[in-house]
Amino acid sequence: MIAAPVHLLGERLMLCPSGALHWPAERTLVVADLHLEKGSAFASRGAMLPPYDTRETLQRLSLAIRRHGAKRLVLLGDSFHDGAAAGRMAPEDRSALERLCAGLEECIWVSGNHDAEHGVAEWRRRKLVFRHIASDVARSEAELSGHFHPKATMPTRIGGITRPCFLLCANRLVLPAFGAFTGGLNVLDPAMAGIARNAVRVFLIGDARLHSAPFDALRRAAA
Amino acid sequence: MVEAAQAGRSALLIAPTGGGKTLAGFLPSLIELAETPAEGLHTVYVSPLKALAVDIARNLSAPIEELSLPIRVEARTGDTPANRRARQRAAPPQILLTTPESLTLLLSLPEAREMFGGLRRVVVDEAHALAGTKRGDQLSLCLARLESIAPDMAVAGLSATVNHPDALREWLRPGGDVTLVRGAGGAPPEIGVQLPAGRLPWGGHMGLASAPEIMARIAQAGVTIVFVNTRAQAELVFAALWRLNDAALPIALHHGSLTIEQRRKVEAAMAAGTLRAVVATASLDLGIDWGAVDQVIQVGAPKGVARLLQRVGRANHRMDEPSRAFLVPANRFEVIECRAAIEAVAAGELDGDPPRPGGLDVLAQHVLAMACHAPFHPDALYEEVRRAGAYAELSRRDFDDVVRFAEDGGYALRSYDRWRRLFRDAEGLYHIRGDGVARIVRMNLGTIVDTPLLKVRMRGGPMLGEVEEWFITTLVPGDAFLFAGQVLRFEGMNGVVAEVSRGSASDARVPTYAGAKLPLSTHLAARVRTILNDPKRWRELPSEVQDWLRLQSLRSRLPGSDDLLVESFPRGGRWFMVAYGFEGRLAHQTLGMLATRRMERLGWGPLGYVATDYVLAAWMAFEPGDAAEIFTEDLLGEELEEWIAESSMLRRTFRNIATVAGLIEKNHPGQEKTRRQMTVNSDLIYDVLRKHEPDHILLRATRAEAASGLTDVARIAALLSRVKGRVVHRRLRRVSPLAVPALIEQGREWVPGGAEDDILAEAAALVNDVTDGAERFNETLAELTDEIQVRPAVDQDRSRFGRPERRRQARRRA
Repeated sequence: MIAAPVHLLGERLMLCPSGALHWPAERTLVVADLHLEKGSAFASRGAMLPPYDTRETLQRLSLAIRRHGAKRLVLLGDSFHDGAAAGRMAPEDRSALERLCAGLEECIWVSGNHDAEHGVAEWRRRKLVFRHIASDVARSEAELSGHFHPKATMPTRIGGITRPCFLLCANRLVLPAFGAFTGGLNVLDPAMAGIARNAVRVFLIGDARLHSAPFDALRRAAA
Repeated sequence: MVEAAQAGRSALLIAPTGGGKTLAGFLPSLIELAETPAEGLHTVYVSPLKALAVDIARNLSAPIEELSLPIRVEARTGDTPANRRARQRAAPPQILLTTPESLTLLLSLPEAREMFGGLRRVVVDEAHALAGTKRGDQLSLCLARLESIAPDMAVAGLSATVNHPDALREWLRPGGDVTLVRGAGGAPPEIGVQLPAGRLPWGGHMGLASAPEIMARIAQAGVTIVFVNTRAQAELVFAALWRLNDAALPIALHHGSLTIEQRRKVEAAMAAGTLRAVVATASLDLGIDWGAVDQVIQVGAPKGVARLLQRVGRANHRMDEPSRAFLVPANRFEVIECRAAIEAVAAGELDGDPPRPGGLDVLAQHVLAMACHAPFHPDALYEEVRRAGAYAELSRRDFDDVVRFAEDGGYALRSYDRWRRLFRDAEGLYHIRGDGVARIVRMNLGTIVDTPLLKVRMRGGPMLGEVEEWFITTLVPGDAFLFAGQVLRFEGMNGVVAEVSRGSASDARVPTYAGAKLPLSTHLAARVRTILNDPKRWRELPSEVQDWLRLQSLRSRLPGSDDLLVESFPRGGRWFMVAYGFEGRLAHQTLGMLATRRMERLGWGPLGYVATDYVLAAWMAFEPGDAAEIFTEDLLGEELEEWIAESSMLRRTFRNIATVAGLIEKNHPGQEKTRRQMTVNSDLIYDVLRKHEPDHILLRATRAEAASGLTDVARIAALLSRVKGRVVHRRLRRVSPLAVPALIEQGREWVPGGAEDDILAEAAALVNDVTDGAERFNETLAELTDEIQVRPAVDQDRSRFGRPERRRQARRRA
């Protein structure tokens, strides 16, 4: 696993092929959009999806924390698929989550649109602001957010290859969704046009490393 | 037939098209009802086509009215209006004509037992087309249920000539006494080949080069059916004929995406004899006899001998006269294929496999449907299900797991107790949880997993039919496309309907359909190989085809009779390797799995492959080494389990199974986009389930179904041992004449593994290497794509990005 370094206002951030972001200076791991209990949300409506998505997501998360030796975890919202999701967790998954949090010095839950009643609206550290949905950023700050589940199509000699991605803009970074049952939205979708206005680069998630391309290259290839 | 029926026995009638099968199927019912009139449902007729049920209802009504028999005949399909359905539930007709889907729905109703209690006969039309498919599985389960409700009923199967009549008998009624009745064979058909006067194309499946010749044949004959293989081809051939139709002959178009009204109109005009020709897809393969069809023209290679016979049999439905047909090959290779097909017909050879065991996904749907009817006891339902031909071998373990799946998903982690769809009472009976669940179950009955479709309507005019939604999303208002036999201009979406007006653009696009992508076996490989191997026989072929074969021996060589010719060449930014195995599509499909696994281990970066009856063509990211490294006897020892599980074939199979079993929602036409975004990608579900519960019933079902598409290990072993030391690898600068048809073949498989990552790394490295970044990226990419050559020529002036060393470097970095 090879992480890719990016810099926002002088802060060195490591983008990981797992879809998490590591901030070494703060021993902090950042993840977005876990959508825990998405499977059971479907089950309650009659579609009996495998009840293992929470387990899978937590296993991946715990692996990422251990790999980087993180002391703090920041969850950028939509950690739970809905307001009642925490109550639906299987006992072993709940205790796995409790163990995971207990192993950390700090756990910051930013609230999302799916789990609005859970966590803080935003969190700040040094010059970075952590939110669910990207919005206005002061000149002196840079922003980390989730929500859009960005994915991108890289032009290659065999045609386009699509993967979830990190989207790096001049003053912000959008993280891919971390949850096991989460899909993606193309970074060129009109819904992301506002965010991508000053986009610089995308980092597509590969098996063991990230593959980066200038945002303009995607835009031109799609045209 | 009547004898068997009067003795109360079941029967299977096998006769070529035109033998008056359908009438024979009804005769015993009509006789019995005329002699002893009775109220209540007497006969259920099931056909694979809605249209067929409706047509037969109409055709039967006429003689019944003439003879003023006290018999009511009605059709019941998905298109039957609600008020008539309600009436049918209250007072069923004596003869009901329906489809497997509608029959399942009727059996899921609480009053099913009363409705079918007095049933005497079931007629299964086109049984050969149902047995071995998921719709056939569904029907098979319905037959078992009907037998439980009305134990004395007899089953009458009607089938075209098949390879496995005994297996079909068992399928109709396992262990039952099914009398085999064979219709008299008619005169052997006369089949010719029609070539274009102009140049015969190398590739392409459309056959448009022969449009003038087809038009001339239509003008010479009374009534012609022009059969094609896909809907897109139907649109193109129809448009081509229409351009040449100076005499304004009445020619119509018929395919499955046109509205029912449209199709009905064409069928009626055909029956009335007011049409000179109709261009049709498989939508006219089955169905009522048209009477006065003088000739059949098949454009493109016939896909299978049985299918060819069925189509040819559409011409001249008189037993004493031969059917007349012409095959129109679309490319040079198809000339050889057509020749082989005609030989196979003359030799009386049939293709097709015996019906496979029923799918567990269909069973899951059936279990829920039966719970909607009434509470069931698992022991009793298991006994009943095993009386279905397709499930005679079902194990109790599989059955119990299917019931558990229907209950709450059947996961080892039992966390869905609260939302279970079935609950069990103190006596061990399973009940459906409520009306809401029952409604969802009934809404999702059926085994056809459709890609989402959108209706197409002429602005201010009638509906024209349905087009796949993805095609519409690629259009912007003003774009022209060819549909329903005319050039249409896309005006925009109106709700969930695509509105169009008449267009005129010459560059109109043609919608394609996922259904057209199914690869088909022709079972003609051995005959084709014989023709290729024997230059003396080339004299039977047109001179252009002879030239083409000579060019092949010049550029590469011809496949020998006991060696394995393998060609490799660069094309479109990748490397291709084509192996001429001639072992049939299934064997090549398996060979594709094995070969790409080894290519992956050798670091060639395999990306995908396509298997045809004749060849295996694989493509890869890097220049392949020696083919002899791949096709060795120990290839069968490759560790494949994980490889196959990751393959696109398994993922596709899982998606279908999960949809039929009700795990993921069906795409209802015109569903709102926001709703679809709420669904979970089946690949993600597959990955999570495989990791956490690899033995789940749906994964077992997926593996079982995929196994039926991956057989013939023995054939591969024989091939590998035969060609040991005789693998002839030709490295070419470009595609060889013989390889062209394979490269345009449908049904490509994608290979899992790291090659995609390698390519991504390479593309990313390219961008980083180019200092001016984005500006030159696309140009560099284009250079790279054109740059791949057979041998790295050091003295050539080449871009530094195109060197193989750099590509390998990019790989190692990955």
